[in-house]
Amino acid sequence: MRTFIIRRLFATILSVIAATMIVFGISRAAGDPLLLYAKPGGYGVSPEQIEALEKKLGLDMPLAFQYVRWLGQLLRGDLGRTLLTETPVTKVISEKLGATFQLGFAAWLLASIVGIPLGVLSATKRGSAFDYAGRGLALMGQALPSFWVGIMFILLFSVQLGLLPVGTRGDLTGFPLAWKNVKYFILPSVTLAWGAAAGYMRITRSAMLEVLDSEFIKLARAKGVATRPIVWKHAFKNALIPPLTVSSLLMAGFITGSVVTEQVFAWPGLGRLAVRAVEDNDFPIMTAAALIFVLVFVTLNFITDLLYAVIDPRIRYS
Amino acid sequence: MATRTRAQFRRPTVSAALIFSLPKLGFYFFRRWPIISLIILGALLFFGIFAGAVSPYDPIKQDLRLRNAPPRFQDQAFYDEKSPDKRYLLGGDHVGRDVFSRIVHGARISLVLTSVALATGIVVGVALGLVSGYFGGLVDEIIMRLVDVWFALPFLLLAMVSVIVFGASFNLVLGLLALLAWSGFVRNVRAEVLSLKERDYVAIAKVAGAPYSRIIMRHLLPGVFNTVLVIASLRVGNLILAEASLSFVGAGIPSPTPAWGVMISEAREYVQTAWWTIVYPGIAILLVVMSLNFLGDWMRDRFDPRLRQID
Repeated sequence: MRTFIIRRLFATILSVIAATMIVFGISRAAGDPLLLYAKPGGYGVSPEQIEALEKKLGLDMPLAFQYVRWLGQLLRGDLGRTLLTETPVTKVISEKLGATFQLGFAAWLLASIVGIPLGVLSATKRGSAFDYAGRGLALMGQALPSFWVGIMFILLFSVQLGLLPVGTRGDLTGFPLAWKNVKYFILPSVTLAWGAAAGYMRITRSAMLEVLDSEFIKLARAKGVATRPIVWKHAFKNALIPPLTVSSLLMAGFITGSVVTEQVFAWPGLGRLAVRAVEDNDFPIMTAAALIFVLVFVTLNFITDLLYAVIDPRIRYS
Repeated sequence: MATRTRAQFRRPTVSAALIFSLPKLGFYFFRRWPIISLIILGALLFFGIFAGAVSPYDPIKQDLRLRNAPPRFQDQAFYDEKSPDKRYLLGGDHVGRDVFSRIVHGARISLVLTSVALATGIVVGVALGLVSGYFGGLVDEIIMRLVDVWFALPFLLLAMVSVIVFGASFNLVLGLLALLAWSGFVRNVRAEVLSLKERDYVAIAKVAGAPYSRIIMRHLLPGVFNTVLVIASLRVGNLILAEASLSFVGAGIPSPTPAWGVMISEAREYVQTAWWTIVYPGIAILLVVMSLNFLGDWMRDRFDPRLRQID
């Protein structure tokens, strides 16, 4: 187990380093990196600022040194300042991080609550109309672009029916679970959760089918145990392993998925910040946002691996 | 004639059975009988190749008389009054371009992007998979770790970083999609090669003195063909969705080009007044991706049942 953890940790760190190298490489691949931050002689840019920037980027040094230096600044939390407002990037990012995590968590909860029971029902009532309807829903979730689904939701529930707000997070005052606050979460989290719920459903369904086919279930049936305890007590517990282990992976999926969803619903999170950075050509913000997403993504992948190894010991030795 | 009680009349068995069996029927037709998928994909191919001839109007030319013009079948009076000579089948967008023509040209864009990206991905991915599986050892280790690392990175974010640096362009999207496409092939091809290379005919070829290049190209490559075909058909849908998402966050194909993701992204603000500018491109994406998924499933069951999950 210990060697497994060390191995996975090593791979995780490797991924993070690879990500920083890719980001750094991209920034140096397009000719003069200075142009990403400021244009010499451009409006509102003093020669002193250019000089300071040149010094900060260390453009006179070899590339490898520049990279190490840049990495050192990253590690110290110095991500530079935004180009438009000149506020420190760390501050801007930390303001937005909470909203993204809230949305991701809501979507994760929703996907788990809907997807796993649906998978169980789909497996136990295999071949029924219910099974096909559930699988159809899952199929749509995988074939539809989430931003389109989000816009359709807005069109239906906000514009036509007027039931839910079009976007934003509201002001989040008072009791957190009051309808006033919750209603802002419904459409974005459903949009984000649909694809993941589909994933949960497929995995739970195939795990359930496999377990239901195993010997100990047959024994329980032969002993005359009723169907309901067989499904929910004997089979479900064992079928829960695969969906549990992918749950953190799906959470990682939300974090990237949020880039698109936040844009649709004007959600004040990190994803929307990243999209705005692309529009404004704000390189420091984009770099920081990408690296934070990488960090979360990679960490959750690591947790998934560990969970997997804890639950299923065969993995450790492969 | 038998008399019926009221309860029997009220039982909605027939209609309910019909409604509940619709998804089942849909599955049946799509999956057991891939002709519907093939028709949809054939239409995509046809529209893509003959986009210029099929589309009634210029997909880029703006016509401010027809801003957010409704679809032709929905509002004849609008066209009788404003533009009797030019009637948009699926309506006009916010600068008066024909939505139908743009969807048709969008088919061409999707076709070019996915085929080039997929071809690149297949060549690179299959080559790496073959090499990794055949030689094993350090080479294998390095390639597989590379794939692991690549899988662990959020693609969309890195794509956005590169868009800021290089500026959005058609070629950049092409390159990014190619980068997305290759990794899926490596693992499966490698696994296939690992079992193929133990076969007798490979051993005999080795004894006969065939160089490794010949063994890989003539003896192993044909063996992985089915796997590659199946994975490719399952990947195409993902590529189309990835392209649309990239375009949606402003990191895709630049604006006047009629790609489906761009259309949805641009029309977002007008969803209240002109729903057709968003609904129709979305349906186009849905139909194509769903057909591809069904066809891929069908091909997997047909050519490579080992890849099948329990179903």
